[in-house]
Amino acid sequence: MGCVSCAGLVGNSSSAENEITLHLKEPTTIPIEAYSITPDLLLERDDSDIKKLPAYYGRRKVTIGDLFSVEGERSESIVVQGGLGHVKKIGMGMSRGRIIVKGDVGPHLGAYMQGGEIIVKGNAGDWAGANMEGGRVWIDGNAAHHVGAAYPGDKKGVNRGVIIIEGNAGSELGVAMRRGVIAVFGNTGDFTGAGMIAGTILVFGHLGKRAGAGMKRGSIAAFGTYDPLLPTYRFESIFQPVYIRFLIKRLRECGVPIPAKTEEQLFRRYSGDINMLGKGEILIHD
Amino acid sequence: MQINNVEIEDNFAEAFKMWGSRFIITAINERWAMTAAREVTGFSTSIIGCGCEAGIGGVLTCDQTPDGRPGVLVLIFTMSKKDMVKHLLLRLGQCIMTSPTSACYNDLEAEVKVKTGGKLRYFGDGFQSSKYLEKRRLWRVPVMDGEFVIEESFGMQKAVGGGNFLILADNQLNALAAAEAAVDAISKIPDVILPFPGGIVRSGSKIGSIYKGQMVSSNTAYCPGIRRQVDSALPEGVNSVMEIVIDGLNENVVRMATKVGILAATGPGVIGISAGNYGGKLGQYHFYLHEILGKA
Repeated sequence: MGCVSCAGLVGNSSSAENEITLHLKEPTTIPIEAYSITPDLLLERDDSDIKKLPAYYGRRKVTIGDLFSVEGERSESIVVQGGLGHVKKIGMGMSRGRIIVKGDVGPHLGAYMQGGEIIVKGNAGDWAGANMEGGRVWIDGNAAHHVGAAYPGDKKGVNRGVIIIEGNAGSELGVAMRRGVIAVFGNTGDFTGAGMIAGTILVFGHLGKRAGAGMKRGSIAAFGTYDPLLPTYRFESIFQPVYIRFLIKRLRECGVPIPAKTEEQLFRRYSGDINMLGKGEILIHD
Repeated sequence: MQINNVEIEDNFAEAFKMWGSRFIITAINERWAMTAAREVTGFSTSIIGCGCEAGIGGVLTCDQTPDGRPGVLVLIFTMSKKDMVKHLLLRLGQCIMTSPTSACYNDLEAEVKVKTGGKLRYFGDGFQSSKYLEKRRLWRVPVMDGEFVIEESFGMQKAVGGGNFLILADNQLNALAAAEAAVDAISKIPDVILPFPGGIVRSGSKIGSIYKGQMVSSNTAYCPGIRRQVDSALPEGVNSVMEIVIDGLNENVVRMATKVGILAATGPGVIGISAGNYGGKLGQYHFYLHEILGKA
């Protein structure tokens, strides 16, 4: 394709020799806030400075070095591993580089991120990619609730960026989304895309109940099965949306495993939510 | 200089700074992509009377287009940015948006952008919607056959227009055959168009006229039928002349097109190859035939 590259969807990765590896010393059920684990902070720091970066262990302020062993330095390519199910806020606000999480990870992964990419080779907790403004989050496994959603009190959620979930996602996926794309290859819970302002959510598994509740604009496309739509959605027409073809092609070019000929499907278009602006759409595979 | 027994005059083509844009039209199949492309490049042979010069840059496979449908590449050239803004809006709106199943995408990364889709979106009367992905904004405009998708901004860059060469032949058929061969050869060069009908102009012009107020007139120095009545530039034996005019996104592609075109044109019945210029006083680019052909 002529002028557009995958820049932004596929980050430039440093070589393995130049990675920083952070290994959680002891798995724990005490919540850990690891908001310092971002390429932006680690890029200019050597091994000893990385260890001095702040973190929280429960409500106690500690350092990264207290919780993680650190190998490598001065890199924007980070690997984090070791029983991270209760480790929160990894990649929060990052704007560049790459984080690979080996295993499950806790909540608020990549919240407010502006660029770069995060790859989770496991499951992710609640609020992954919340209020994202750019970059990519790719979750190999399942994601919990409120993925790509706006935090309570925020009027707008995800503003740019791409979130890919190869497994299932919980409830309230993409709430108040303003821009960007979320693709879920498994099932979604209730209230997918509730309060969406714009943006696109693709669901290849089962679309859960009350999808698009309170949506103003935006698109939810269901390629598989779905729960009955809200009565505030009206059937409009059957057609093949050209935009979906564009989107699927772009995602495929960047390695997203969308089945062949998906883009050739016809869709039933439902507009709504008429409780709000009513200019959103839910596209159901016909 | 001679190539295949054809005399290549030691002359130069005088070309001009222009602005160029490039975009892709897609549709449900090649027929309809080409229909839209033909419409949008219609009446665009010369900026003198048409306001712009446009042509089809090639047919694209599904792999090569942004939405995976069959497509056609189009290039358009104008003298000014203002003209480009005007012609993109008119042509994309009247010729592409109206064409069944079409969509239109920018294909030129450039610093200067024109918000053509951003203006055409208002045709949606408030029911249009925007989609943004990785620095590209598309507009989805509801239309009777479904939806029209158009990119918000189209790039334009400085370009070159009016590269040319003249084929001097012993008769009309041979002149035309040589010109067709040149057109076929040049069609393989990217980022160039030949804006005249079929890529060939039979009525080359000169600046000025005996008639007051008429800016251009027939290039009488190259008209075989009046050679004894004018200061003719034609060698003996030439009874027909065809001209190839080349617009390109940069100097290099115009040079390349000139070279491959001339090499292809040196066929049976062709006596000489020349080029059109204004004494070097008007155009910003001078393409010397010997220099171009000498660089093999």
